[in-house]
Amino acid sequence: MQLTLLALILALLTVIGFMTGRSRAAASVGGRVAELHSVPSYHGVYVALWAGLPALLLFVAWTASEGWLAMQLVLSSLPERLTTGDGQSVALLKADILNLARGIATGREPDPLVQDAARRYAGLRDLADWSLLAVGASLAVAGLAWGRHRIGPDLRARPVVERVVRVALIVCSMVAILTTVGIVLSLLFEALRFFTVVSPLDFLFGTHWSPQMAMRADQVGSSGSFGAIPLFAGTLLITVIAMLVAVPVGLMAAIYMSEYAGRGMRTWLKPALEILAGIPTVVYGFFAALTMAPFVRSVGEALGLDVSSESALAAGIVMGVMIIPFVSSLSDDVINAVPQSLRDGSYGLGATKSETIKQVVLPAALPGIVAAVMLAVSRAIGETMIVTMASGLTANMTANPLQAVTTVTTQIATLLVGDQEFDSPKTLSAFGLGLVLFLVTLCLNMVALRVVRTYREKYD
Amino acid sequence: MTDLVEQDVSAVTPSPASSSGSNSPAKSRVRSEAFARRLRARHAAERRFRLAGAAAVALAALMLVVLLGSIVAKGGTAFWEARIRLEVMLDPAEVAERNYMPLLRRALHAQFPQVTDRAGRRVLNDLLSSGAPYELEAMVAKNPALVGTTLTVWVRADDEIDQLVKGRYRRDLPESERGLSDAKIAAADALLASGALAQGFNTTLFTAGDSREPEQAGIGGAIVGSLLTLLVTMALSVPVGISAAVYLEEFAPKNRWTDLIEVNINNLAAVPSIIFGLLGLAVFLGFFGMPRSAPLVGGLVMALMTLPVIIISARVALKAVPPSIREAALGIGASPLQTVLHHVLPLAMPGILTGTIIGMARALGETAPLLMIGMVAFIVDVPHGLTDSATVLPVQIYMWADSPERAFTERTSAAILILLGVLILLNGTAVILRKIFERRW
Repeated sequence: MQLTLLALILALLTVIGFMTGRSRAAASVGGRVAELHSVPSYHGVYVALWAGLPALLLFVAWTASEGWLAMQLVLSSLPERLTTGDGQSVALLKADILNLARGIATGREPDPLVQDAARRYAGLRDLADWSLLAVGASLAVAGLAWGRHRIGPDLRARPVVERVVRVALIVCSMVAILTTVGIVLSLLFEALRFFTVVSPLDFLFGTHWSPQMAMRADQVGSSGSFGAIPLFAGTLLITVIAMLVAVPVGLMAAIYMSEYAGRGMRTWLKPALEILAGIPTVVYGFFAALTMAPFVRSVGEALGLDVSSESALAAGIVMGVMIIPFVSSLSDDVINAVPQSLRDGSYGLGATKSETIKQVVLPAALPGIVAAVMLAVSRAIGETMIVTMASGLTANMTANPLQAVTTVTTQIATLLVGDQEFDSPKTLSAFGLGLVLFLVTLCLNMVALRVVRTYREKYD
Repeated sequence: MTDLVEQDVSAVTPSPASSSGSNSPAKSRVRSEAFARRLRARHAAERRFRLAGAAAVALAALMLVVLLGSIVAKGGTAFWEARIRLEVMLDPAEVAERNYMPLLRRALHAQFPQVTDRAGRRVLNDLLSSGAPYELEAMVAKNPALVGTTLTVWVRADDEIDQLVKGRYRRDLPESERGLSDAKIAAADALLASGALAQGFNTTLFTAGDSREPEQAGIGGAIVGSLLTLLVTMALSVPVGISAAVYLEEFAPKNRWTDLIEVNINNLAAVPSIIFGLLGLAVFLGFFGMPRSAPLVGGLVMALMTLPVIIISARVALKAVPPSIREAALGIGASPLQTVLHHVLPLAMPGILTGTIIGMARALGETAPLLMIGMVAFIVDVPHGLTDSATVLPVQIYMWADSPERAFTERTSAAILILLGVLILLNGTAVILRKIFERRW
């Protein structure tokens, strides 16, 4: 509530700052704005920045540290028997205090001390919010007054404003880097915690995956059940099936559309493929589970085969269909980048169109097509919903596409869905799998993007 | 290839498509019988290749049709629901106790005077949705004057009856395999015959939150959750994405650092979405302690995920603005920032907008990262704020797809149809925008 109020006050003061800055700048030269160093609206922005920016920075720093500070204060006032102990019990205590302060029942009769602490915590948070409101608002007013005071004909408002804007732009472009750093750090950190429990060798080369066994720490062999090879095998199987569908169909569709189809046909086919590309993966998953899987099963039974109801084949085929537009649009780009002169040369030698495509265009486009396939593979490996909904959960090491297999992404999703303790090896193993997934797709993408890039330059 | 060229070089094939003309082996001195055969084979190969291409396109189109067709066939009927007409006597004593279910049951039993035994009445009771009393209660709350009168109301039927009316149970199967008892079918048929069981437009589907009972479940909560999440995503990723693109395209010096940013953005666009979910789980939930299942966190994760898409498309749009515009602005004394803000950015805006809409459409359909941050909870209430527990439309689809009831399959398909409708609308807008504002310099 207080924070919303503060945001409103800040917005209001910024607008007022802009107005007063602009009018004061014009007034300071008696309306002859040509005598100003900068256009009046820059003076307006200058004052608005003074009003809004310091208060905003304070706001960010304050809200980031407030909860932690309040918690430390509350914890330091609690008797030591509660706050000393292993990390887990302290974390539990903190969670209890937070939940009680928010008015959520913790499910067990809380210690009166903890209840008291929660009340104090809530009070502190409330106090901190109100003081933030007071301090933030006064800072904004002070900034506004200071900025307004600075305005005059000689104030170089534009360079100052432009410098601030430029810094803001740079900060925005760093967000992408920060995201990558965040991904790498969070995966590494959690995976390392996992690898202190389970050796990386057991994880990467073990052939038995059964994370459920580790739910009780006293269970024998709980550390031996994190062998990820069956998951890798399952991922590979489904990816191969998907590629067998997507690459021929996608590539041939791209060739047909770029070399054979007339303009009228293209205007219809392209949007149709774009629709296919825009369908959410959860819809494909639903289709795979409720339409494709029963279909594959009944066809298999008609042929006298024993098909699992969650066969790798059904998931793989649907995933292939999902990737068709991806392959075809990437290959389309690559094929169109092959210069017309190569085709003309081939025609001039008497080759037919298909001979030209097979023996001139495709070899010339090959690196790009390989890159497109690599990107498609990376997408198939990272795809989650189809396999979560349509492939099985049991880690099954098999090359038989009619049986159920499980994949890396399925396991990540199922391990982390629902309420799980954050420290168990079972939960942490998802981050180990995530790290492997990230590294594999990163390598594929890096190489593929590099190939595409150098390839584009080659014919430019 | 080479030997082919050496032999056939003088066989003038003017255009690869004109196959009929070159089939007549006549005057030319190299047109031997063997040559003609070879040429025929080559043209046959040409036709085969072309056919394979057409077949590939047809297969892709067929899959699209099958996919959409199967979903329409499964879910088209979910926009209607079965309702039962009852003459309810609103007994003041029962209303005061808020015992609406007995009132409804009594009214239903009155339509079957011949059923007097317990088992038969239980069958009748099962025809009504367990949510039916709430409908009646809402009616009474709106108009208290109704108490004491006899009222004709249409109340929701149980989901099994709903599916029966829509013909989703096979009547020819024996009772044990059908999953619906003969007694219920007989009762429903009797109601149908008397016109007391009919289908009406299903408003519950659009207004209600999730429920364990299919006939009371709706996507209202999920739609609000999706909107809230999308709002956060848009508020963060659009300004940040455009700013980043402007910096990289217009101001950044070309050095190793900006090269690194560029490679990084391209890679980020291809990172599997579930990894972003792990990031959200570890950083936003684990490190910053944000609430689980909140649209705020979902929006943050989605913003990080769509950011590369927006940056890349915005850069392409900025690159398409010709340098002469910049030179003209700089020439009359505009500062670099003024040049960009007043001239380049407005001209690039349609392209940026198109990319943004496509990015938002992607965020709207994304499921996997939201599973990681706990938006996969069973939530009955429609969320009211950014930190309320919420779910989104694709996740709702995922959860319903797991439910065994037939009626849920139908509602899942309906939810998919609505989601697809919104996505096609968004993408269509993007295409139209591109068409209207497309500019060739």
